[in-house]
Amino acid sequence: MTMTVKHHLTEPLLMAYAAGTLPEAFDLVVASHVSLCDSCRAAVEGFEALGGAVLEDMTEDLDLSDASLEATMALIAAGPAEEPAPIAVRDPVLPGPLVQYVGGGLDAVKWRSLGRGVKQAILPTGSDEATARLLYIPAGMAMPEHGHGGMELTLVLQGAFADEDDRFARGDVEIGTEDMEHTPVAEMGADCICLAATTAPLQFKGLVPRMLQPIFRI
Amino acid sequence: MPSDNTATARDNWTELLVRIAEHRDQSAFAALFRHFGPRVRSYLMKSGASPTMAEEAMQEAMAAVWHKAHLFNPTKASATTWIFTVARNKRIDAIRQQKRPEPEELPWAMSETPEQEEEVARMEESKLLAEAIGKLPERQQKLIRLAYFGEMSHSEIAADTGLPIGTIKSRIRLGLERLRYEMSTKTV
Repeated sequence: MTMTVKHHLTEPLLMAYAAGTLPEAFDLVVASHVSLCDSCRAAVEGFEALGGAVLEDMTEDLDLSDASLEATMALIAAGPAEEPAPIAVRDPVLPGPLVQYVGGGLDAVKWRSLGRGVKQAILPTGSDEATARLLYIPAGMAMPEHGHGGMELTLVLQGAFADEDDRFARGDVEIGTEDMEHTPVAEMGADCICLAATTAPLQFKGLVPRMLQPIFRI
Repeated sequence: MPSDNTATARDNWTELLVRIAEHRDQSAFAALFRHFGPRVRSYLMKSGASPTMAEEAMQEAMAAVWHKAHLFNPTKASATTWIFTVARNKRIDAIRQQKRPEPEELPWAMSETPEQEEEVARMEESKLLAEAIGKLPERQQKLIRLAYFGEMSHSEIAADTGLPIGTIKSRIRLGLERLRYEMSTKTV
């Protein structure tokens, strides 16, 4: 598989993912993008090596009691912590990390209609700092115009969309910021499927979508 | 890098992890624990855990090092880097109470590069990075640590650390390209 990703994640986001300091919804976008993008994968592994150097360099509170080792040996004897077995489904659209959150391939997504063929599925991420959702936009359909209340990462999984400035296809990430207003339109051809993570609810400008916000949590 | 053990051709920490994975060697674990246990606990405290919580989470992280030792691949990461990822995941789980989505695994086992050479390269990289951090101005060192302790938002993190991470990135990138080439020629 050769990906031709044109729009990458920023280095600060990749470093924050390696450091483990992002909200889970953003982690999910980074892990999914990295599954499709070798150069960002290489950057994450580089930043993990830097994390190793930071760990090695810790200088404070390094005293250790024998009781500490004994307690750890007792934990070890009790056996490994139970972890759910990963779902071994391979999906042509959803990268591995998304399969785990959806609980299967694309056919397992529980879509909710937003009208005019647009659908979404909110994914179960633990923290409430940010929300992750899958979006389904029929080919040729425009998303309602909106501004952002915070940061938004949108990863294209199928089809493509374009806004005023750029075109985004499978593997590409669009990074939306607070001061940005745009009108993405799904290209003709395949329907567009994206993974979007937002720090704050999207602010729709049209009257009806705004009234629907509390209902659909968009 | 190992300062409280005698240096050998193979990274000491790598050797100990392999002994844990292959022989369930308790004395190897004790040596690894004495070095990394306090560092992991210190890292967790800097990341916002109370001393009691940090001690508890450190013990769980080090127990995970024992149970997951067979997953450690010395050609992919140095022992220090791998233990950092285990500690980081414990921090996300225990302090942030989140799950950790991981990227899809790549079939690294198919790499044709001699393993010994790769291992030494990982060890050298870690050593160079640690030395490079030590040479940075104190203020910049502090900013890097703060980024890893979660005391900075991603927008506050500086993209350019002034460290030789670019070299590691290029090396991994080349490895991935070679791997994909090997896989494409084998499946034809």
